[in-house]
Amino acid sequence: MFAFLKLIGRYSLDLLKFVGEMFIFLLNSIYHIFSPPLKVRNFLRQVRFFGNKSLIVVIFTGAFSGMVLALQGFYALNKFGAEALLGPVVALSLIRELGPVLCALMVTGRAGSAVTAEIGIMKITEQIDALTVMAVNPIKYVVVPNILAGIVTFPLLTAIFDVVGIYGGYIVSVHALGLSEGTYFSQMELYVDMQDIRIGLYKSLSFGLLVTWICTYMGYTAGYGARGVSRATTNAVVLSSVVILIWDYMLGAFLL
Amino acid sequence: MIEIRNLHKSFGKQQVLKGVNLSIQEGEVTAIIGRSGGGKSVLLKHIIGLLKPDRGSILIKGEDITKLKGQRLDEIRADIGVVFQGGALFDSMTVYENVAFPLREKTKLGKKEIHDRVIQALGDVGLEEMQNKYPAELSGGMRKRVALARALIGKPKIILFDEPTTGLDPILVRSIHKLIRDTQRLYGFTGLIISHEIPEIFEISDRVALLHDGRIIEVGTPEEIQKSDNIVVKNFIIGIESGG
Repeated sequence: MFAFLKLIGRYSLDLLKFVGEMFIFLLNSIYHIFSPPLKVRNFLRQVRFFGNKSLIVVIFTGAFSGMVLALQGFYALNKFGAEALLGPVVALSLIRELGPVLCALMVTGRAGSAVTAEIGIMKITEQIDALTVMAVNPIKYVVVPNILAGIVTFPLLTAIFDVVGIYGGYIVSVHALGLSEGTYFSQMELYVDMQDIRIGLYKSLSFGLLVTWICTYMGYTAGYGARGVSRATTNAVVLSSVVILIWDYMLGAFLL
Repeated sequence: MIEIRNLHKSFGKQQVLKGVNLSIQEGEVTAIIGRSGGGKSVLLKHIIGLLKPDRGSILIKGEDITKLKGQRLDEIRADIGVVFQGGALFDSMTVYENVAFPLREKTKLGKKEIHDRVIQALGDVGLEEMQNKYPAELSGGMRKRVALARALIGKPKIILFDEPTTGLDPILVRSIHKLIRDTQRLYGFTGLIISHEIPEIFEISDRVALLHDGRIIEVGTPEEIQKSDNIVVKNFIIGIESGG
């Protein structure tokens, strides 16, 4: 019994230490975001990296998410004779929920894991130490550009995801299920308002921060050797995915 | 130049440094030898301020680096170059960009002057032809040369070498050692080399210190070390494990 309590105590302390260190890392990063000069070249390179790595996968998942939403939505709405509302169902599901969440999950898998691996390798090959001894702050040079790039690219990629998804839903609704083109878009115009788009934007902005924070932190604290980096990468993807879903619920409950 | 006083460091229950005392003289090359895992690299990381000791001090030009942080620490670091074990070159940059990096980041020098200094530093290590290659395209020996060029570019007063010849064949070991000696004469820096290359390290060092069991147990010229009566020193030089 005593050993069991001791185990719980140790895990709790470890968890507290981990969370505390993560927050100190975030505060340190935020401090360096606002202390000039910003490493603009690194920031632009990371924006390109996030966009370039994730665009194709975001387009594909966006298109098929919209298509499957239309298919399943039509099946459900048909039971009530409310097929005309298919456009808003697809659009609202994508804009408020699926767009930000699925897009964030996809970008985490594609670019977030790569960021963790890159920073982890920089750490184990002493490149981070080399920056420090050259009096170049590694948080400012390596971490901040990634966090800013995440905050910029996540909403943009989510917007692309939403638009592609709505057109994917359109193709299925109009060309496969026989809904009229006018109904699909006019109902959407009627039911989707700015608040829905704003919720989607807030979500994707916060996901951008959360994912890049977790992925850079995991890379920055990676253990030694190939195993350390691979473990850090796995942890980054798993933790980011779980946090995305938890935060999505919390934000959804708060903003609804 | 560098004065290490009673330096202690533990990681958890493992006591790595148990009171290191060492003076490093200006303009000399001092080698710290000792067994792998004996705390040599930990000592080096303290000198550059990457680790903070549990106890003790490190005076560089009279200032205790263990107490410094922020801008003042960076100012001291500007006078110190480090050649890391694996080179620690930035993979995403070419050789030229790697060597130019400290100047681009920390000085206001113009493009032309940076270019001239990079070409000169690469010339000094015999790699001016390789400037457009990436680190992954270079051999181990070349990477160490680029790392030396990067350390030299800011013309620091002190250069620390963390096992600069690890993983190289005996011919390359000699060639890197000769390069360190030649560049030291050319640039006049104070050198500190962490090494376990016995006996090659004796050829390029002015003084040698043996780190054993968390303490410096002997310091002297290479000749003095090789003639030492200390059994641990003797055994280390001839490659026999000693109990002490």
